Amino acid sequence: MSHDASFTNQKFKVIGTRVPRPDGIDKVTGRARYGADATAPGQLVGMILRSPHAHADIRKIDTSAAEALPGVKAVITSADLPDKVGGRRDMLDILENCMARGRALYDGHAVAAVAAIDAETAKRALKLIKVDYKPLAHVTDVDEAMRDDAPIVQPWVRTAGGDPNKPTNVAQISQFGHGDLDAGFAEADVIIERSYKTEQTHQGYIEPHACLASVGPDGQGELWVTTQGHYTFRTQCAALLGMEVAKLKVTSSEIGGGFGGKTHVWMEPVALALSRKANRPVKLVLTREETFRGTGPTCSTSIDIKIGARRDGRITAALATLRYQDGAFPGIWGMLGAMTAWACYDLPNVKSVAYDVLVNRPKVAAYRAPSAPMAAFAVESTVDLVARELGMDPVDFRLLNAAKEGTRASYGPTYGPIGIGPTLEAVKNHPQMKVKLGPNQGRGMACGFWFNFGGQTCSTVNIGVDGTVNVSVGTVDVGGSRASLSLIAAEELGVPYESVKCTVADTATLGHNDTTEGSRGTFSSGMAIIFACRNAVQELRARAAKMMDVPVEDVHWENGQAVALGTQHSNLQPLTLAQIARKSPQTGGPIAGHNEVVADGAGVSFASHICDVEVDPETGQTRVLRYAVIQDAGKAIHPDYVEGQFQGAAAQGIGWALNEEYIYGKDGRLQNPGFLDYRIPVCSDLPFIDTQILEIPNPGHPYGIRGVGETSIVPPLAAIGNAVSNAVGVRMTHVPMSPPRILGAIKAAR
Amino acid sequence: MKVALTGPIRDALGGLASIEIEADTIRELMQRLEDRYPALAPLLDAGIAVAINGEIFRDRWGEVIPRHAEVVLMPRIPGG
Amino acid sequence: MAGVHVSTTINGDPVEFVCQPGEVLLDVLRNRIGLTGAKEGCGTGDCGACSVTVDGRLVCACLVLGAEVEGRSVTTVEGLASGGELHPLQRKFIEHAALQCGICTPGFLVAAKALLDRNASPSEEEIRYALAGNLCRCTGYDKIVRAVQAAASELATDATRKSGKASGSKSGRKSTKKQVA
Repeated sequence: MSHDASFTNQKFKVIGTRVPRPDGIDKVTGRARYGADATAPGQLVGMILRSPHAHADIRKIDTSAAEALPGVKAVITSADLPDKVGGRRDMLDILENCMARGRALYDGHAVAAVAAIDAETAKRALKLIKVDYKPLAHVTDVDEAMRDDAPIVQPWVRTAGGDPNKPTNVAQISQFGHGDLDAGFAEADVIIERSYKTEQTHQGYIEPHACLASVGPDGQGELWVTTQGHYTFRTQCAALLGMEVAKLKVTSSEIGGGFGGKTHVWMEPVALALSRKANRPVKLVLTREETFRGTGPTCSTSIDIKIGARRDGRITAALATLRYQDGAFPGIWGMLGAMTAWACYDLPNVKSVAYDVLVNRPKVAAYRAPSAPMAAFAVESTVDLVARELGMDPVDFRLLNAAKEGTRASYGPTYGPIGIGPTLEAVKNHPQMKVKLGPNQGRGMACGFWFNFGGQTCSTVNIGVDGTVNVSVGTVDVGGSRASLSLIAAEELGVPYESVKCTVADTATLGHNDTTEGSRGTFSSGMAIIFACRNAVQELRARAAKMMDVPVEDVHWENGQAVALGTQHSNLQPLTLAQIARKSPQTGGPIAGHNEVVADGAGVSFASHICDVEVDPETGQTRVLRYAVIQDAGKAIHPDYVEGQFQGAAAQGIGWALNEEYIYGKDGRLQNPGFLDYRIPVCSDLPFIDTQILEIPNPGHPYGIRGVGETSIVPPLAAIGNAVSNAVGVRMTHVPMSPPRILGAIKAAR
Repeated sequence: MKVALTGPIRDALGGLASIEIEADTIRELMQRLEDRYPALAPLLDAGIAVAINGEIFRDRWGEVIPRHAEVVLMPRIPGG
Repeated sequence: MAGVHVSTTINGDPVEFVCQPGEVLLDVLRNRIGLTGAKEGCGTGDCGACSVTVDGRLVCACLVLGAEVEGRSVTTVEGLASGGELHPLQRKFIEHAALQCGICTPGFLVAAKALLDRNASPSEEEIRYALAGNLCRCTGYDKIVRAVQAAASELATDATRKSGKASGSKSGRKSTKKQVA
């Protein structure tokens, strides 16, 4: 049955209440099972040998001594992972990232792996593998990689539309925009141009990648894994290993954070290949160092911005040139930077040009609103400069130029109802804006945008004989979505929240579900559950009609009960869901509803943040004094976890803005692959983070839901950049604004 | 109808900002794009998105494109 | 290498195990005892996901050898609830949505309990510094601090009520001592 996904503005009973999450007790008692918490009979320990070179030919790998070590059950190299994808470049890239194929492309690139009876034996075996490397020239900086004389990372890469004979590190150039830029700049009274740099950061989930793989000689396999998308992992692993999709069952464990980093396979195909070779289950858990060196961080960038505006405050033209490094494999990360850069504004003449550039660093993965924070840092910093030049308040300047319903977005389409204006109005009225600042303190604000999306989704609702409800979903619960999704089922069926049990199903139980990314979990599974519940209600009405001996057309569903309408049925008592369920064995068997949908219609989301900082002029140390997040959620299904997303995203952005960065030495090796030297914010670094949820309904969802998970990582880099710049009186153009960089900027300005 | 092009799709057609093409559904649009613009084949194969009056669709072949709708071809967007 | 025989107390129960001399307590708990509540986030003492107490003292189980707990008393997240009753910190973490992915939660609960055992009414700043050795990447710590404040205030109310009946007893501390003894 097809259903209408349009927003209906219904009155809610349980949506929007702050109920306890269903997995809470498991998670506070240590009972919840994450990636590394599973065991299997006869399991082996898997470990990976990684390249110590940034770039090297692998002339020979001698595994004989490792294989001969007692207790070693399998040793593999890329020879054990032949091309099963027919040369399909995107899949081959994934395979080559899992295990180097003749060339190590970055410090930490996997070159071989072992499975042994215990960790000690596996460690000794790794030391016995002899790899003959021939080091090659390397490049880790995005601007250097674009120079003509730069070492080439991938010899097969050509720029689309460029010289077909010339190897290059520029994998893609993407352009977006509309209008006449020259005319726009000619019309401007003020033009500001600035260049910016942002360093590479990691998602920094506290749980390293972990899996338990088991493959038998009959080609059947199971994979227990911490992932944001077990269906995607199944598809990719099956393709890379030449397995049949239906014969590989993937179960998602509880996931200890992902933020985009667990949307890609890294070592899971290696674990499966080890298991297949050893014919034993293999548990493979990465160390923190491996997680930093060998799994996808986000890009470092180099960005130029040019904005022209009239004296009356209207922006007449805007140009962004963005250079994003994708690590050692082509990606679309620069392109996403170009698409998001100007999305907050209503611009007559706008252009962004993005370069996706290869360097000898780990393959870049998505990181929460991927690519948008860096572009926003550059754009929002320059917007502040233009406002200052015009003598306008930065909030008023943004409000004057903000996108609204009917604005043509810089990335192409025209916006429907959107929330950027309301978030800016909320900033103006926020009490933080009136707090008086002391010496060395500064206030900054900035805006951010993320698309959100929906994608393939399915869900099943099973009604138990006691009237309780099982909901199976295929979107992994990273941040509490089982609570939100249970609320949605309770709302639709008219049953108490406590009667609903929501489970993330394995790949053998439900059809394909896209990965939990793009803030789609509650949006898309919520939609599938609404429709599945409505299908179940059709069946409940039919069963009630049988019990009442009335035509089904006369039975309506109201407040969780079947009611026979019409004066001829006035003697009939309504039947509750529980009463109908109890008789289900007699009325036709189990009652269920299911739905499969491509959940299009995701609503774009905007946020505005306010930040107050104090900078110590002696040390360059910045302290965040106050922080406020205002974001459009569309509809907050469970406000606690919406606030949690806002706060967590802001905290990640604060870490990115002030501390976090990958530091590479001249040797091309990562120098800080640990939480001591790659410092993410700790509890004493942060204040309470104020949140304000705006609800501008998404017309493309029955409840008005937009995604909420990503947008609020976009503004912090710029909000803090503006605040720090205001505190020290010098424009900061390089993220992170660590103490040495702030001191350097102050010194350079003197 | 007018179909606006963005990003790599525009670049694959030599920088064209828009094309004229008639289609009643997303599926028809995809088929005609493939027939008329072989240069788009790799992009179409990898998957693109279609914005109809601002709403972004990825795989919904059956989606009807209303008359005078604003249609924009754009890249698919992942997330984190 | 010859294993080391260790007799210890874990969550109040007598436990014996054999481990390698170089094996850390975290691996013993997770791989030999079957207590997987303590998590390995870094293995270098930087993230606090493996926080446990040894004789009431907060430690990272990844930095303590299994052999070192001979004759001592170890408390892990699995030992916080008494029977069917959650510790107030556990309840407040759920009520205040102080967890998202939950991987850091066991470490935070153990560290927060160690704080409240020695300081029954900590200030916000004291809470933030006491928990600065535990990394959380999901929450921005806001709701965690609020949950600890709420638990402290509940425990203080309980203590006042109980001391009204039997003077001198501090319930929070007493229950800890029972586990340590």
